[in-house]
Amino acid sequence: MEQPVLAVLQFCVALVLAPLVPGIVNRVKAVFAGRRGAPLLQTWYDIAKLLGKAAVYSRTTGWVFRAGPVVGLAGVIVALGVLPWAGSGALLSFDGDLILLAGLLGVMRFVTIIAALDTGSAFEGMGASREAWFSSLGEPALLLGLAAIARTRGSISLAGILGVTSFAPGSAGGAVILLVIGALFVVFLAENARIPVDDPNTHLELTMIHEVMVLDHGGVDFAYIQYGATLKLWVLGGLIMSLLVPRTGQWYLDIAAAIGGLAVVAIATGVVESIMARLRLVRVPQLLVAALAMSALGLALALMNNPPTAALNPPSAALNPPSVAR
Amino acid sequence: MTLWIESFLVLLMITSLWLLGSSRLLSCIAAVSVQGVLLAALPLLLGIDAPPWRLFLQAGVSLGLKGIAFPLLLLRAVRSVDARREMEPLVGYSLSLLIGVALLAGSLAAGVRMPLPAAGTPVLLVPAAMFTALTGLFVIVGRRSAIVQAMGYLAMENGIAAFGLAIAEQEPLLVEMGTLLDAFVAVFVMGITIFHINREFDHIDADRLSTLKDSP
Amino acid sequence: MLLLLLPLVAMLLVGLVTASLASAPRAARAVGAIGTCAASAGGLGVTIAALVLGDSSSLSLPWNAAIGASFAVAFDPLTGFFLLPIYGLSAVCAVFGAGYLSHAHHGRGVAAHWLFYSLLVSSMALVVLARNAVLFLVAWEIMSISSWQLVTFEHEREETRQAGITYLVATQIGTAFLLVMFLLLGAGGSAGAAGSLDFANLGASGPAASAAFLLALVGFGTKAGIVPLHIWLPEAHPAAPSHVSALMSGVMIKTGIYGIVRVLSFIGTPPLWWGWTLVSIGAVSGVMGVLFALSQHDIKRLLAYHSVENIGIICLGLGVGLLGMSFGSTTVAFLGFAGALLHVLNHALFKGLLFMGAGAASHAAGTREIDRLGGLLRRMPLTGAAFLVGAAAISGLPPLNGFISELLIFLGAYNAAAAGPAAQAAAAGIVVAALALIGGLAVACFTKAFGISFLGEPRTPAAAAAVEAGPSMTVPVIILAAACAAIGLLGSVAVFLLAPLAGAVARVGPADAAVIMAGTSPGLVKVTIGAGALAALVAGLAILRAVLLSRSSVRSAGTWDCGYTHPDARMQYTSSSFAQPLTGMFHFPLATHRRWTPISALFPVKAEFSSHTPDLFAQGLFRPAFAGIGALLSRLRWLQHGRLQLYVLYVAATLLVLLIWKLG
Repeated sequence: MEQPVLAVLQFCVALVLAPLVPGIVNRVKAVFAGRRGAPLLQTWYDIAKLLGKAAVYSRTTGWVFRAGPVVGLAGVIVALGVLPWAGSGALLSFDGDLILLAGLLGVMRFVTIIAALDTGSAFEGMGASREAWFSSLGEPALLLGLAAIARTRGSISLAGILGVTSFAPGSAGGAVILLVIGALFVVFLAENARIPVDDPNTHLELTMIHEVMVLDHGGVDFAYIQYGATLKLWVLGGLIMSLLVPRTGQWYLDIAAAIGGLAVVAIATGVVESIMARLRLVRVPQLLVAALAMSALGLALALMNNPPTAALNPPSAALNPPSVAR
Repeated sequence: MTLWIESFLVLLMITSLWLLGSSRLLSCIAAVSVQGVLLAALPLLLGIDAPPWRLFLQAGVSLGLKGIAFPLLLLRAVRSVDARREMEPLVGYSLSLLIGVALLAGSLAAGVRMPLPAAGTPVLLVPAAMFTALTGLFVIVGRRSAIVQAMGYLAMENGIAAFGLAIAEQEPLLVEMGTLLDAFVAVFVMGITIFHINREFDHIDADRLSTLKDSP
Repeated sequence: MLLLLLPLVAMLLVGLVTASLASAPRAARAVGAIGTCAASAGGLGVTIAALVLGDSSSLSLPWNAAIGASFAVAFDPLTGFFLLPIYGLSAVCAVFGAGYLSHAHHGRGVAAHWLFYSLLVSSMALVVLARNAVLFLVAWEIMSISSWQLVTFEHEREETRQAGITYLVATQIGTAFLLVMFLLLGAGGSAGAAGSLDFANLGASGPAASAAFLLALVGFGTKAGIVPLHIWLPEAHPAAPSHVSALMSGVMIKTGIYGIVRVLSFIGTPPLWWGWTLVSIGAVSGVMGVLFALSQHDIKRLLAYHSVENIGIICLGLGVGLLGMSFGSTTVAFLGFAGALLHVLNHALFKGLLFMGAGAASHAAGTREIDRLGGLLRRMPLTGAAFLVGAAAISGLPPLNGFISELLIFLGAYNAAAAGPAAQAAAAGIVVAALALIGGLAVACFTKAFGISFLGEPRTPAAAAAVEAGPSMTVPVIILAAACAAIGLLGSVAVFLLAPLAGAVARVGPADAAVIMAGTSPGLVKVTIGAGALAALVAGLAILRAVLLSRSSVRSAGTWDCGYTHPDARMQYTSSSFAQPLTGMFHFPLATHRRWTPISALFPVKAEFSSHTPDLFAQGLFRPAFAGIGALLSRLRWLQHGRLQLYVLYVAATLLVLLIWKLG
C-alpha cells in the first residue's frame, strides 16, 4: 500500500478506536473489583451524549475558557498525525518530530491550565498548579528516554525509532529499551492522570488534579476534553508499545499488532490502577525523578554500547577555516 | 551467557538506585537483599575457573547470608526499634536520586578507563561495582537513621565484593569469603548496637548523637 | 557604509535636538518619540537592504594610533543580524514610550530621557558595527551609562537609585574584564608589535586563548546576565520604565552574546571544555533563572529573571555549537549556533512584547504586584491577547517562534546524542534534559503570570477599574505579537535566511551547510504544515461546537463554588500558591522566606501571608564579598581626614617622588 494512503489509514483508525482504551482500562478495573463494569464502548456513548447537551458558561470566564478544549483537542489530533504508531511513516514525519510531539502535548497542557485559571475558582487553580508541577518534571524523563532510544536505533525521527523489526531481550540494547519503557510508562501514568499520580475517579475537590481543571466545562466542551484525553492515551501508549512490538513490514499485520500492543498497555494501566493506591502528593516528584534516573541510566548504557557514527553528519566532516569577516 | 550478564549488571545498578530513592525501611531492606541475591549469582555467570562444587557452595553460602540472614537481622533491628518510616534525611530523596545519576555517570566514565586484568570480564562490571560502593557510601553520609546507615554499609560491602570479583586474578573465592565474614560480623554487631542505642536514648537518629561530645 | 552610519547620526541629532527642548516637555516628548522611531525605522530598512544585498563594506578612519585606536566599522552578516532587533525593537519601544511617558509626571526629565534613549540605541548600533577594540569599548561604555540614566528615570524613589547603582557597578566590573581581554587578544594577535587593536589583528592561541575565553565569559556574561553575574538584572529591569526594560532586556543584554560570538571568531578550534563550560552555564542559568522567576510576585521582576533563563537557553545553543566544532560534527555545530542566534531574535521579540504588555497592565491597574491584579483580559483585551501570545511563545510552544529556535537546539543536541562520541553525547544529554526541564518550568511560570494577572476576577478595586491603554501602547505589542506568530509559522523561511550566518559562525562550508539545510528544511516545512493543520482544526472544531450549541441553549451562571455563601475574588489562587509546589520542592536553592499568621481559633480571623525570595547569589556571594572588601578598605579611612593642607601635601609629595623617579 502507498505510504501516504497508509498514513491516512493509520490516522483514521486511531481517531475511531481511541475511545476503546479507557473502556479497556475500566473493564480491567471492574474485573479486579469483581464487578461487571461498563460496556467497552461506554466512552463513545458518553461523548455522543455530551455532544447533544446544552451549555452553561460561568460569568467570570471569557474567550480563553471557550478556546481551551478546542485548541487542546486540535493539538492532540495533530500530535496523532506526527506519531507513526503502526510502524511506518505518519502524516507528518521528519527528523526531530519527537520534539514537535512533546511541543503539541505542551500546547494542550498550556491551554487546559489557562482555561482552568479563567474560571477564577481556587479548585481549578489548585489543579492547574499541580498539573504544571508534575508535567514539568515529566518532560525531561520523556525526552531523555527518547534520546537513549535514538542512540540505540541511530535515528532521530520517530519513524526510525519506532519502526524497527528486531529486539534482543538479553542484550544491552534490550536493557536500554526496557529501562526507557519503564521511564516512559511512569510519564504515561503522570501525563494521563492515572493512579499512582492522580485518581481519575475521585471527585473530592481537594484530591482531584486533572479532573478539577475541567470541572466547569460541560456539554460539547467536555466531550472535546474527554475525546482529547482518549487520544492522549493513544499517543503516549502508542509510543511505549511501539518500542516493543515487532514490525513485519505487512501493513495489515503491523496495524493489528499495534492495536494489540495498545490493548496490552491499556490492560497494564488497568492492572496498575487496581493494585496500587495513589501516592502521597509529595512522593509523586520522587517517582518522576526516578523515571528521569532510569532514562539517564538508559542513555548512559546506550552511549557505552553504541559507538559514534558519522551517519547523521554530512560527508565532509572536516572543519573549515574561519570565514566570519572581521 | 554474556548477553544476560549485561542485563544482570544493569539490574544491580537499578537496586542501588532503588536504595537511594526509597523512603520506607522495608523497601530499603528489600533493595539490599535483592542486591545480595544478584551478587550471589554473579560468580556463576562470570565463568570463573574453579571446580563447580566450590562455585555452587560459594553461591549457596552467599545467598544464605545476604539473601536471608542479613534481611532477617535487619528486620529484627527494625522491629526492636519499632521504626516504620525513616525520619527526614539530610539529603532529600529526589536530590539523592539525581546525585545517584551523577555518581552513575562518574562511575561509568571512570570505570571504562580502568585496566581489567582478565580479557573476558564484562565492560559494565567495574562501573557497576564502583557505583554500588559509592551509593552505599552516600547512603551512610546522607541519611540519619542508623538502620539505613547499616544498609548503606551493606551496599558498600556488596560493591567492594563485586569489585573484588573483577580484579582478583587468583582465588577470587577467598576474597569473597573474607568479605562475607566481615559483613556478617558487622551487621550482627550493628544490630546489637542499634538495639542498645535505642534503649538508652529512645531514638536512633545518628545526627542527634552528636550531643554526646564533650565540649559545650 | 556611510548609508549604514546615517541612521546612527540621525538618531544622535534627534537626541541633541530633544535635549535642547528641555523647557517644553510636550514638544520634547513628541520630537523625541517620533524622531527616534523614524531614525530606528530608517535604520531597520537600511539594515534589511544591506543584508539582502550582501553588503560587506567597511570604513576605517585614523583616530589615535598611540593606543591602537582607529574608527573602524564594517558590516557583515553577524552585525546585520544583531542590528535587526536593535533598530526594530527600539522603534517599537519608542512608540510605546510616547504613550507611557505621557502619564509620567516628570516634565523636565522627558527631554533628557529621549536624549539618553537615542544615545543608547546609537551606541548599541555602534557596538555591533565596530571593528576596533577601543571604539568597541567606548561604544560599550556609552551604552552602559546611557542605559543607567534611563533606568533611574524615576530617581526620586530610593529603590530605583539603589537599582541604578547596582547596575552601574556590575557593568563597570564587566567592562574591566573586557579591557583585559582585549589587551590579551591584541598581544597575541598578528600585529602585536604594530600596536593596532583592530579586530582583524586580534587573535590568540593556546593558554592565552583559554584565558581570553574565560575573560570574555565574565565580561560579556555580566552584560548578558548569566548566573551568577545576573544580580543586576532583577533590580534594574523592574525599576526602569517599561519600554526601557523592554529595550534593555530584549536587545542590550544580547550585545553580550554578540561579544561572545565575535570573540569566538578570533580564536581557532575550541577545545572540548569550552563547550562543556557553556553547556553548564546555560543549564544552571536556565534552571535557576526560571526557578527564581517562579517565586516572584512582582511581574516585572519575574520577566527579568526570565531573561536570565533565556540567556541560559542561548548559552545552551552556543554550547552545542561549540561541542560540534570541537569534534568536527558540522551538523551539530550548525544547528546549535542557528538555534542560539534565532533565539536571540525571538527573545528580543517576545520579551519586548511581554515587558510592554506588563507595563501597560501594571500602569492601568496601578501596581506591579501580580496578586493585586486579575481579570484584566476582559478590561484590556488587546494587551491581554498580545501578552498571551508572548507567554505561549516564551514557553516554546508550537506554532510560535520560541518553538522554532528551541527545536533547532534540540535537533543539534539529538544529533550529537544519537551519533556523536561519548563525551559530546553526554553533554548533549544534559542539554536535552535541561532544555526540557526549562521548558516545563517556563510553562508553569507563564501560566501563572498570565493566568493570575489577566484571568479570573479582579482582586482589588484598582484592577477592576483598569481600562485598555491608548493606541500608542497597544499597537507596539500587537506588532510584536504578529512578528512572533509570523516567525513561528514561517520557521523554514526564517531558518533559510539565517543559514549563511549560522554556517559562517559554525565554520561550516557552504556545501556542507546546503546538505544540512536539505536535511532540516523538510522538517521545518512540516512544522508549518502542522501549524496550519492546527489552525484549521481549531476553526473546524469551533464551528462544530457553534453548530451543535445552536440547537440547544447557552446560559451563564456563576462559577461553581462548592456551596460557599460569599465567594470572594481574593479566594482565588495567588501567584505564590500557584508556584508553591515547585518552590517548595526546590526550597534548597530558593530559600523563600514565608511569614504568616498561624491559625489559632475555630473561626476565621484577620490573617496575613507574605513570601519573599531573595536572590541566592546576591545574598550569599556578592553581598558578603563586597562587605568584606568594604571592611578591608575602610582600614584606609584614616587617609580621608578632611584637612586641606595635608591633601595639598599629598599632591606635592607625589609629584616630588615622580620627579625623582623619572630623573633617577
